[in-house]
Amino acid sequence: MTEKIEFAPLTKKDFVSDQAVRWCPGCGDYAILAQTQKNMPTFGRKKEDFVFVSGIGCSSRFPYYMNTYGFHSIHGRALPIASGVKLANPDLSVWVVTGDGDALSIGGNHFLHTLRRNMDLNILLFNNRIYGLTKGQYSPTSEVGKITKASPFGSLDYPLNPPAVALGSQATFVARTIDRWQSHLASMMERAYHHSGGSFIEVYQNCLIFNDNAFESYTGADKLENVIELKHGEPMVFAKGTKGIKLDGFTPKVVSMDEFSLDDLLVHDETNLDLANIISNWTSHPILPEPIGVIYAINKPTYNEQVDKQIETTIDNIGPGDLEKLLNSGDTWVVE
Amino acid sequence: MPKTTKTLDLAVIRFAGDSGDGMQLTGGRFTDTAAVVGNDISTLPDYPAEIRAPAGSLAGVSAFQIQFSSKEIHTPGDTPGVLVAMNPAALKVHLPELIRGGTIIVNADAFSKKNLTFAGFETNPLEDGSLDDEYIVYSVEMNKMVTHACKGMDLPAKIVLRTRNLFALGILYWMYDRPLEPTENWLETKFAKKPEIAEANKRALNAGYNYGNTAEIFTTRYKIEKATLPSGTYRNINGNYATALGVLAAAEKANLKVFYGGYPITPASDILHAMSSWKQFGVKTFQAEDEIAGIASTIGAAFAGNFAVTATSGPGVALKSEALGLAIITELPLLIINVQRGGPSTGLPTKTEQSDLLQAMYGRNGEAPMPIIAAATPGDCFFAAYEAARVALKYMTPVFLLTDGYLANGSEPWKIPSLDKLPDIETNLIDALPDGEESFLSYQRDAETFGRPWAIPSVAGLEHRIGGLEKKDGSGNVCYEPDNHHQMTVIRQEKVNKVVQEIAPTRIIGETSGDLLILSWGGASGTARSATEQLQEEGFAVSHVNLRWINPLPSDLKDILKQFKKVLIPEINNGQLIKIIRAEYLIDAVGYNVVRGKPLRASLLIEKAKEWLG
Repeated sequence: MTEKIEFAPLTKKDFVSDQAVRWCPGCGDYAILAQTQKNMPTFGRKKEDFVFVSGIGCSSRFPYYMNTYGFHSIHGRALPIASGVKLANPDLSVWVVTGDGDALSIGGNHFLHTLRRNMDLNILLFNNRIYGLTKGQYSPTSEVGKITKASPFGSLDYPLNPPAVALGSQATFVARTIDRWQSHLASMMERAYHHSGGSFIEVYQNCLIFNDNAFESYTGADKLENVIELKHGEPMVFAKGTKGIKLDGFTPKVVSMDEFSLDDLLVHDETNLDLANIISNWTSHPILPEPIGVIYAINKPTYNEQVDKQIETTIDNIGPGDLEKLLNSGDTWVVE
Repeated sequence: MPKTTKTLDLAVIRFAGDSGDGMQLTGGRFTDTAAVVGNDISTLPDYPAEIRAPAGSLAGVSAFQIQFSSKEIHTPGDTPGVLVAMNPAALKVHLPELIRGGTIIVNADAFSKKNLTFAGFETNPLEDGSLDDEYIVYSVEMNKMVTHACKGMDLPAKIVLRTRNLFALGILYWMYDRPLEPTENWLETKFAKKPEIAEANKRALNAGYNYGNTAEIFTTRYKIEKATLPSGTYRNINGNYATALGVLAAAEKANLKVFYGGYPITPASDILHAMSSWKQFGVKTFQAEDEIAGIASTIGAAFAGNFAVTATSGPGVALKSEALGLAIITELPLLIINVQRGGPSTGLPTKTEQSDLLQAMYGRNGEAPMPIIAAATPGDCFFAAYEAARVALKYMTPVFLLTDGYLANGSEPWKIPSLDKLPDIETNLIDALPDGEESFLSYQRDAETFGRPWAIPSVAGLEHRIGGLEKKDGSGNVCYEPDNHHQMTVIRQEKVNKVVQEIAPTRIIGETSGDLLILSWGGASGTARSATEQLQEEGFAVSHVNLRWINPLPSDLKDILKQFKKVLIPEINNGQLIKIIRAEYLIDAVGYNVVRGKPLRASLLIEKAKEWLG
């Protein structure tokens, strides 16, 4: 579905709607929006073929700011609505913008099932680990003990690990990026766009008002010490090449490159599910660096392709439907 | 002994047996034969929610009632005159509804001590004489008969015994002078890959027929002539299939593809099954992860330009309510079908009820009105679905179609409509910026219908955003202005009100004025019609009106109601339409409300009506 069509090249401006953006000043969402508007023209696709669907939450205001077709729906239901859009017209490039509450709490069921079906949607989950629009309650990705208005004595829930949930749901594309890593964010969106099937990108996004600095260690001065950028086919090094990750049995260990060579390190293979499962568990790990990049990507027939194929095959086999004939099928009799 | 033949106008028979006895199949065959013979028919399948309750238990009894007649009929009949009971439990459950003097045909071989105890009989009713005074009992050793009929076929006994429902059917075919060929042909097709099974069943069927013919105990057979129906080609149809066909016909006529998103739920699942078999029509079906995803996917498909449909039952509607509000505020065309069942909560999943009318009217947050149409008979489900689709697409609104378990599974002869005679369907699709507009106004309305333009993704220049936040009238942008919200609230109601211009003049059965008007809706229509006809025959000044559209109500209803001294509203609920009628017209209507999970009985409605007729 990515074939190029000849038309005047578009620019970022074409994707900016006339609606005033209403996120809090300094919100991480601005960076993601700007990057999306900048990225879309590079895909070489007509603007009218993009659809942005969202649920409810701060991030879900996103479609209003994109000058494409858009649908700001109800809490948690962006994924099935987007599934309906894609099934009705599979030639569209359908993007879902959702948050940690929208996708993993109220919409958790849809998250599992949309991914397992391999519905060809691009899912951007803005994870700020807090409920922003309802003014600061803990979310399903908040750390244990979170002090919020709804948990003045500390939250008791253990958090979900979004990439692990996605992998457990048979997702065919799982990636993570960070709002402030702009070019990385752009490259993940591009990979998602070109992936045929459900693409899931978790975007760490800072909420300045209710959960500021949640990702400070991945975006601040020593970010390179705390983040590992996964690259397919390459050994896992980080901290400017001074540290690496080595497998000890099934257990990943951080090693110093003073003591080991690149050949000793774990090599990233984004098509290896076992490895992806291991990597997904590095989320918020006390010792291991936070993995970003494409954790897992494989090709598998998409749900929407197969829906169309069943229709084509049936028509090939028995011909196009004849309603008159269908109405008159079974035992009929004539009353004179 | 000579056999006599009596001619009757109508008969009501009921097949009852264990869930595994094939009673629905038997009833279905009898129905198809009655249809082919040319009788008017009306059926009532009545089966348990449990797939296979323990064999021989009261909970596991499955039944199928059919009324067939040489005259026009409107219900499956109040009480059967013939009961086929394949085991003691079936006799126990259904005997109370058999008319006095009725006929009972039992499989005597199933009346073992164990089965009798299981069914709560202390003594065998076939032997203790308890039935003899009031009923005509034919006790037939069906197990023995089919075993004999299938002798030499080298089939396991279990398989042979399974044919005893066809043996019972054969007896009934003899009693009512029916041909065996339609059933034999059906068996041959059904068991094309297992010819020995087809053969065994055919032998059982013929053995039953011949038993009726030769056994000394049967002395009378009955003849029910062809009914005089309007000319045309007919088929037998049930409500769920008719609904699905109506959806497909509407889509063809509107030149749109059907998208059906739903979640399995009794008694609506057969609509999903029919839809998913129609790939050759390009129908896309999506069995979603839950009811909410079912409707959410249809909303997405509607946004993207499909004719989007979902069907469910009451509990599913409850789950879909928030999304219905979204469909209302985004003003997308959508058909939602509620095949009503007994409630509340899980209630009676396989039984019928009319208790979701107020849910359809008011069961959403905010002021969220929707047009509501209700089908009156199984075959009418086709036309009601078609009409609902037409209004949804013309007015850009979700529309509720209410059917119920009785209509869904019940069947009747259906005159197959000719497609070119169905009304045209208009849509609001646009493919370019309307003249005079500089930027696209997604909520600029048609003056006649208040429908907004349907601009679907992939159309250049009409990119726009919709959603659940309040809209600015005209532009469709998010708008929190107080006056705009008031205006939009009024517009959304006004749009539903405008549907009144689609409603044909109300048909009154009987005189246009009188002592009593029986006002019905949905599946109670048949009972109301039968009761009215009988009261009229008895000389009472009674008329009947069935409401097809309930929201909005027809514009002529107010004047019609005024012409009657009393209005009686029969419903299978605690009184829902009556609340709407009282509120709308300030009249002192009275209700007839029985909530047993079964169609209302005409005889009891007549009694109720007579209370008001003096």
